[in-house]
Amino acid sequence: MNTPAPDSVVEMRGLSTLIGDHYVHRNLDLRVEPGQIVGLVGGSGSGKTTLLRQILGLLHPAEGSIRLFGRDLATATPVDQRAMLRRLGMLFQGGALFSALPVFDNIAFPLRELRCLDEDWIRRLVHLKLAMVELKPEHGKLMPAELSGGMVKRVALARALALEPELLLLDEPTAGLDPDRSRTFAELLRELKGELGLTVIMVTHDLDTLARLATHVAVLAEQRIVEFGPQAEIMTGDHPLVAAFRGGEQKMVM
Amino acid sequence: MNLAPRLQVESGTVVLTGEWTLAAMVPCLSELKAMLATEIPAGHAWDLSSVTRLDSAAAILLWRTWKECWPERLEASAMHRRALERVAAMSHAESADVKEAPGLIERIGYLVFAMIANLKGLVTLYGQMLLDLAYLARHPSEMPWREIAANIYKAGAMALPVTALVGFLIGVTISYLSALQLRNFGADLFIVNILGVSIIRELGPVLVAVLVAGRSGSSMTAQIGVMRVTEEIDALSAMGVSRSIRVVLPKLLALTVTMPLLVLWASAMALLGGMLSALLQLGIPFAYFFENLQRAVPVANLVIGLSKGLVFGFTIAWVACHFGLRVKPNTESLSANTTTSVVTAITLVILIDAVFAIFTRNLGIPQL
Repeated sequence: MNTPAPDSVVEMRGLSTLIGDHYVHRNLDLRVEPGQIVGLVGGSGSGKTTLLRQILGLLHPAEGSIRLFGRDLATATPVDQRAMLRRLGMLFQGGALFSALPVFDNIAFPLRELRCLDEDWIRRLVHLKLAMVELKPEHGKLMPAELSGGMVKRVALARALALEPELLLLDEPTAGLDPDRSRTFAELLRELKGELGLTVIMVTHDLDTLARLATHVAVLAEQRIVEFGPQAEIMTGDHPLVAAFRGGEQKMVM
Repeated sequence: MNLAPRLQVESGTVVLTGEWTLAAMVPCLSELKAMLATEIPAGHAWDLSSVTRLDSAAAILLWRTWKECWPERLEASAMHRRALERVAAMSHAESADVKEAPGLIERIGYLVFAMIANLKGLVTLYGQMLLDLAYLARHPSEMPWREIAANIYKAGAMALPVTALVGFLIGVTISYLSALQLRNFGADLFIVNILGVSIIRELGPVLVAVLVAGRSGSSMTAQIGVMRVTEEIDALSAMGVSRSIRVVLPKLLALTVTMPLLVLWASAMALLGGMLSALLQLGIPFAYFFENLQRAVPVANLVIGLSKGLVFGFTIAWVACHFGLRVKPNTESLSANTTTSVVTAITLVILIDAVFAIFTRNLGIPQL
């Protein structure tokens, strides 16, 4: 802990994303430090999910670079890539659960991939993760198709947490959860952050979760991060986009 | 920052240091487990106060080492204690239930039930088709012409090259092999009879059916299956659009119409290949072939071949749609049903072919 300046968890410099012949991001900069919970906000179609996919290495930057845990994912060897990806968990917007596997095996999958945990250990871990997202062990037998939308989200979160990641990427984590569950979810994340020094980047439209959880807010607009800073500063700031976002959300709530 | 998890036993106290997380433990897991399993006498105090991080995987490891009860003396920060408490709360959760593999008789039973269910589904689908046709006869404006045309194009026009190629090659092969035999008997000229009857009556329809079952049957099952997985079928129903008229019926009609034409096309190509091979191998000119084909192969054979095509086409689409509608919303079910669809379709085609052979045994065989 006595290193002077800890490496950033994610650092993007001059990032441009090109899909087809359309720039989704152009010259985007973002630096996320360990322990930050960054809320990524922006209008629909502004490229928030695409940015998460860039971090995961599912897309390749057209220009610029992304450093994950201080290293460039694109140039790392396959073994290193795997090790880096094991340090992060991703919650996809639609859950992306393996539809052929029951809930239990979905969560156990990344653990089994480590090939060094015994079944009893895995079972306890899976049940623990299920309990964390307020699901019962019986739910482990259900198939993803039998789950309600909110349950899919929670199972997906449990799977993202399975490997005890240092970096958690969440795409709309609270969409489809009732307000009560969103609150518990925020508490869970805050607790995990305290225990594990978790870093979180989350895309969200949920102002409540943002206010409760995020330490920092990044506003994605005009193909880049237009605002980035501590939550209180940004959310009370008067950047027109932030104000619009805030106003829009309040209208939606009413 | 990255301190490996370590433990030391000092005068009645087990001191844990470093980062006790899954990622940090994995490289030295077997050593840690061995140390935890053997070297600790009961009644030792546990000092976790210098552990920097403790995740639930490590908490489970410790909890198991403690044989699922709290050690008498434990020093840990409130945060780590909470992680351990979470594990402790879980520990009396049930053990995994073991599923017994079904016995032979049970498995046969399941198979029979599955067959009955499939038969029922096929009959239901057939009945639904008749009802739809009756409905469309009364409301002709709702006929899904666009879908039918699209399916004819996909299953028919797009299949022309591959059926032509396969037909041509089979024709060449059969002609070549028959020629070798016929030359021994000096019966060269009978190549026309052999090729004509075998290709037009038997090989053409069956070959095309196998190709189409693999090509269009699988794609129909997969398409309907994915529509079920993504709830598109439900979306159609929600808009008041009948899925059987818009999705199933066009496929059934299109393939029924298309198959005889494909059979005709593939048979022609096979004959062409056979003629070419006969010309090169036996020196039989095309003109002789054309003159004698009519005499050697009565037109009944063509009728039989084309009606086989009609029946095969309907069967393939029927089976494909049935299995497509049976797909459950998961990838495993999708792949299993697609496989079953193709296998069932090909098996049924061969069965029906045998039935055709028996009932048409007196038709179209030239008496010399």
